[in-house]
Amino acid sequence: MSGSATKLPGVLESVLMPMLNILVALLASGLVVLALGEDPVVVLSLLIEGAFGYEEAIGYTFYYATNFIFTGLAVSVAFHAGHFNIGGEGQAMLGGLGLTLAVFWLGSSAPVLSIILAVFGAALFGAAWAFIPAWLQAHRGSHVVITTIMFNFIASALLAYLLVGPLQRPGGQMPESSDFPDGTALPQFHELMEILGISFEQSPLNLSFLIALLAAFGVWFLLARTRFGYEMRVTGQNSDAAKFAGISVPRVTVIALMMSGALAGMMGLNELLGEQLRLIGNFTLGYGFVGIAVAFMGRNHPVGIVLAAILFGAVYQGGAEIGFEIPKITRDMSVVIQGLVILFAGAMPHLFRRPVTALYARFAGKGNK
Amino acid sequence: MEFITDILLLSDSTLRISAPLILAALAGLCAERAGIVDIGLEGKMLAAAFGAAAAAAVSGSPWVGLFAGIMVSVILALLHGYVSIHQRGNQIVSGMAINIMVAGLAPTLANAWFSLGGQTPLLDNEARFTAIDLPFAKSLEGVPMVGALYSDLLSGHSLLTYLAFAMVPLVAWILYKTRFGLRLRAVGENPEAVDTAGISVTLLRYQAMVIAGVLCGMSGSALSTALGAGFIRDMSAGKGFLALAAMIFGRWKPVPTLLACLLFAFVDALQGRLQGVSFPLIGEIPVQFTIMLPYVITVVILAGFAGKMDAPRASGIPYEKDR
Repeated sequence: MSGSATKLPGVLESVLMPMLNILVALLASGLVVLALGEDPVVVLSLLIEGAFGYEEAIGYTFYYATNFIFTGLAVSVAFHAGHFNIGGEGQAMLGGLGLTLAVFWLGSSAPVLSIILAVFGAALFGAAWAFIPAWLQAHRGSHVVITTIMFNFIASALLAYLLVGPLQRPGGQMPESSDFPDGTALPQFHELMEILGISFEQSPLNLSFLIALLAAFGVWFLLARTRFGYEMRVTGQNSDAAKFAGISVPRVTVIALMMSGALAGMMGLNELLGEQLRLIGNFTLGYGFVGIAVAFMGRNHPVGIVLAAILFGAVYQGGAEIGFEIPKITRDMSVVIQGLVILFAGAMPHLFRRPVTALYARFAGKGNK
Repeated sequence: MEFITDILLLSDSTLRISAPLILAALAGLCAERAGIVDIGLEGKMLAAAFGAAAAAAVSGSPWVGLFAGIMVSVILALLHGYVSIHQRGNQIVSGMAINIMVAGLAPTLANAWFSLGGQTPLLDNEARFTAIDLPFAKSLEGVPMVGALYSDLLSGHSLLTYLAFAMVPLVAWILYKTRFGLRLRAVGENPEAVDTAGISVTLLRYQAMVIAGVLCGMSGSALSTALGAGFIRDMSAGKGFLALAAMIFGRWKPVPTLLACLLFAFVDALQGRLQGVSFPLIGEIPVQFTIMLPYVITVVILAGFAGKMDAPRASGIPYEKDR
């Protein structure tokens, strides 16, 4: 491309360009709202009000963002190693199963210990669910995109079976487990704030948000500061070169995808151990798929992923609020907005490269010459 | 005798279920053969199912429905084409974006237009593609064997089912016997060579996307106006992904892809008939496990056949013209 000669400075590249893409996605969403016969400006202000307008709303926004941080990091870790993990949904479901088994196993006798065990259970089961597709990709060349999608369906059926069978609440009719033992719930954000003497409205925001931030830091450290992270990135960029450099590509593939699965699995901490306090079927609600968008919008960098996750959390929370005010615009509308954001910000990152580069060259050129 | 009736019923539902799978798998095949990975089959199918059901409900004609379904699917295919060809975007992300967008948009529009909580009204038989009797089916009914095979099994499917099977030789003929097909395959293997020969890579890939859109549109329309009687939320239920798997199992070739689709459809039909059946030793299989079956089989098949060696070489890679 002719425009690629001029390199954009970091701020324009990583802030302005995604912003422009989100703007177009919002405009397109506005057209959909207009087609439904509603006022886009009203809907947008309802969305912003619903996402950031009051303390409880902010709590919900960050609660949803926590899910997206986990699934976004999961997609990103696999992507750095050159693979597409579309199995976030299934891995999160299995992660939920892992943490459920952990808390029931230890029970309420040692709550702190069972929470710690739950974190490991979630990560371990998520990683294990990623192992088979990872191994098949590494050793049989079975495309991980297809196998992880299949594993999503298998996980969903497996969970459905367990929740009407062995794990169902005794005497219950719903596909859900018994309530988690007392004391195993993750501390809520407003409880943590109270310890600091700050009052914050009650919301489902909980300790998992901090665990998610910790995971983001861990991913950054892994990729930027460790030998294995380096091997992953080399493999992702050129697996032939990696092979010649003595890196075991199958090993990197399997480990990277399992780490990806572990991150996706930890999403269950937020939803189940933070809010539902029992295992329910299909609690993942497409968060795993949205992780793809979060990873791409965040340019596969942990900081970007956290920011993108907050944006998606806001769309999710704000979108739900619109439905209360305008019945015609249901919760599905927030799925539409998510899809459009993925399309414009995730799939077409270069949409405005040419005009922005041209403008930049014109203004920067004056100073240089 | 009961066993034979079982087999006949099973084969009959296999044919019925396979139609949307075959059409969607052929759509994916045309796109990938031209070098564009189309993971958005699922979304296009769902969008077409909604478009067809909505148009058929309003007009009362399945043909208007089919036309609308195809148009919706072609528009989405062109959008995916634009992202893949002009924007050189990530084709998997684009496909997933279309899947997610449609999953939200179809029920939103259905709710706004029909106020039935995200579905379309139930279609009358006049607004659907109903069973058609093949010629002489009635008179041959009494003939042993022939009657069972012809009148019961082959006759009495909807037009879209027959169309789906007719598309297999048609797509094969276009791909392997026409100049356009040769170019289309070349653009998925070696776009540089096509470009050097003075043929537009861009145009060919867009043409492939239109064909994929038409086929996928027929597939979605079959779901809501032939197999079903109206649009319901998430009615594609992973069939687009299964079609993609069938195409890979069929090694990007029309006839093997057809066989793979028939296998998946057979497993699906079997799954329906296994519910509540008790087996010696193992007893009754929980319904969730029979639901898993097609997906498990797909994984086993993909593990057994290293599929990546047969994939069109340039598939998924945006073409950049060196200047």
